[in-house]
Amino acid sequence: MPAHFSGADLAIVAAAVDRLIPPDDAGCPGAAAAGVPDYIDTFLGAFTFDPPRIFAGGPFSGRWGGEASFDNWLPLGPMEELAWRTRIEGSGGRTEREFNGAVLGLQQIYRDGIAALGADFADVEGTEQDLRLNALPEFKRLLYQHACEGMYGDPVYGGNRDEVGWTMIGWLGDIQPRGYTKEEVESREKLEIRPPNGNSSA
Amino acid sequence: MHWIWTECVVADLDCDAVIVGSGPGGSTFADVLTAAGWSVIVLEKGRNHLISLEPPFEPSGDLSNDEIKFLRRHFLGPDPFLEPRTYRRTAADGERLFTGEVNSLPTTVGGGGFHADGKLPRFREEDFHLLSARGPIDGATIADWPIEYDELEPHYAIAERLIGTAGDAGKNPFEAWRSGPYPMPPGPDMFGAILTSEAAEKRGLHPYRAPTGVNSIFYDDRPPCNNCGFCGHFGCPIHAKGDPISSLRRALRTGRCEVRPESYVKEIVLDASGRRATGVRYLDIANGNAEREVRASHVVVAGGAFETPRLLLRCGVGNSSDLVGRNLTYHFQTFSVGIFPFSIHGERGRSVTHHHDDFIVPGPDEMAAARAAGLPWIRGGTVEHGGGGTPLQEASTYPPGPQHAISMRDSAIRDRLFAFTLQAEDLPQHGNRVDLDPTVVDAWGFPAGRVTYAPHKHEIVTSDHFAPILEQVMRDAGADFAFSTTSPPQGDLDLFDISPLGVAPASRHTMGTCRMGDDARTSVVDGDGRFHDVENMLCADSSVFVTSSGYNPTLTLVALAHRAACKLAGVDVEPTTPMDFS
Repeated sequence: MPAHFSGADLAIVAAAVDRLIPPDDAGCPGAAAAGVPDYIDTFLGAFTFDPPRIFAGGPFSGRWGGEASFDNWLPLGPMEELAWRTRIEGSGGRTEREFNGAVLGLQQIYRDGIAALGADFADVEGTEQDLRLNALPEFKRLLYQHACEGMYGDPVYGGNRDEVGWTMIGWLGDIQPRGYTKEEVESREKLEIRPPNGNSSA
Repeated sequence: MHWIWTECVVADLDCDAVIVGSGPGGSTFADVLTAAGWSVIVLEKGRNHLISLEPPFEPSGDLSNDEIKFLRRHFLGPDPFLEPRTYRRTAADGERLFTGEVNSLPTTVGGGGFHADGKLPRFREEDFHLLSARGPIDGATIADWPIEYDELEPHYAIAERLIGTAGDAGKNPFEAWRSGPYPMPPGPDMFGAILTSEAAEKRGLHPYRAPTGVNSIFYDDRPPCNNCGFCGHFGCPIHAKGDPISSLRRALRTGRCEVRPESYVKEIVLDASGRRATGVRYLDIANGNAEREVRASHVVVAGGAFETPRLLLRCGVGNSSDLVGRNLTYHFQTFSVGIFPFSIHGERGRSVTHHHDDFIVPGPDEMAAARAAGLPWIRGGTVEHGGGGTPLQEASTYPPGPQHAISMRDSAIRDRLFAFTLQAEDLPQHGNRVDLDPTVVDAWGFPAGRVTYAPHKHEIVTSDHFAPILEQVMRDAGADFAFSTTSPPQGDLDLFDISPLGVAPASRHTMGTCRMGDDARTSVVDGDGRFHDVENMLCADSSVFVTSSGYNPTLTLVALAHRAACKLAGVDVEPTTPMDFS
């Protein structure tokens, strides 16, 4: 159940981010299969959760020992709520959000961007998709930034499904409280390290 | 969200000293004063993610290895939407060139102590009398400090113990004299730094294990660092890093310290004479920004070299010299980057484990380069040997498309990258400053701070002189190729867009905006950190630096804060003598 997007919007976002980080046969699942649309959906719908899904908890993910705590989302302070609601929802004419002028929110930017890509975007050829994305350079830049976050950010934020982004590049992610040994830091060869409890999500 | 500007609630708690800012300077002040029996209230604008403020003052557990939270969502603040800053090179750029994140140091309980991986070098003797030692340079406001290294040495030694510093005394031929060893031995060496150190030695340089505020053993109730690699820009989840948790915890345990997070100081209150402060007024953020007042016999400002002058300029305090905000310095940073044909795995371990200081003392080559450029001398700074980086930082530097995944797996600029960072002396200039932006405001409606900064020719000549040497060492160490870049970037403005570090100086080493001196006409505070204009107000951050030196500033600002706090509270500190490490 998406937190923000309709199913149709989600399909367009998925098709768009898959052009920016496409699948290949050397281990990249592509941004869509990696869960980037879910990352963006969770972010734009952050305030449908309580606490809002802006700051994950700490100190440990549980993947490398310790108690899993990233899912204990941290409550926002009043000014943080002001900042993140304004970024996501826009200023909407509210005085306290417009101290330096009106702010267009991410939800509106996505609505406009998805509309401009076209309702048939997910069904047209890749070359046509690229043309439409290139005609929206600012939206493309934003999508790519979010695609990277959803690809390589911690899975608790909704993307990086089963840590596929990390697996592809050999990144171990949050390694606390295990850390690295002196030998693993100093050695010439990059010593291989395996998670204690398999490739599990927190 | 709405808030109501309520009637002022006067003097809900009096104390001996109110401290504005809970970073390394402010928390050191709190530590010293409470140990001497004083009562203090520490006001911090940001939130508290460091330590429970109830006994037994356990770590709050909010810190984590999380790129989204720390690198993308401003978890430690300042959020550039709520607290924008602006930047221009000179007035010729108009009112501003850029609005957003400029020189941000964390706005949170612990402040700038969170920022980096805790590199804690001392300054050298010469840094305290640069004008006498080297002479003036046209266009720069170089001056001697009102104190000398020998007076500060005991406080350096104590500061290293208070923060918890690991290092290797006697191994750096350029280090100032020391009265004792570091409290901890050095931690593990990064693989990349082993390569670059060997190469540097073969070129006649003198690399050494960097002094870092990172535990290498159990120290001060905190565990040794486990080399997780999420160091600079991240809070340490296990508190192995010397963030101010130790000094704040000691202060809290006395029962004489109260830390109030989410307290935005809007005003320093003076008495009718204008020569004494009676306290501060602040906005209680968690309670609808209600205005409150703390009355104290002393006011200590410790907001950092950006926020301290911004506060003083906003309320017109301490500035009869017109020097508040002026003489802003950074370190002029030159990054000489090597791309290796094999994994450097710089994400394992601290971000930097070695330095060399050879470039701080100009030799014949440097003097020749200076003369050729029409300068009397040039001085570089310490060179950090470091690497690392996280996938999210890396991903944004590659273009989208089919090559994205190829580049990420190949990882030239993360897994195969190692870098030298030259933290070179930045000469103070009258026109380089923090002032108030005429239009842009923060979320509370107060004027944003604005930086006007352009480097002196000295900085450019120095960077151009040393960069080729560093690139050569990188190639000697095994890099396929090496290149250099600077912050702030040089060249056409059009090209600045592609600089991942941005247009403004990326350095967080802000200094000099309330410089110290004996003469009230040419300085803002005296050698003990007291404002010339306000007799019971002191400054406890790097604003007071007279010159930037070529060393990371935190240990020096803590030593100065420690000395100022001891003098204020009448705590005697024994003079020290050099120890022989040979």
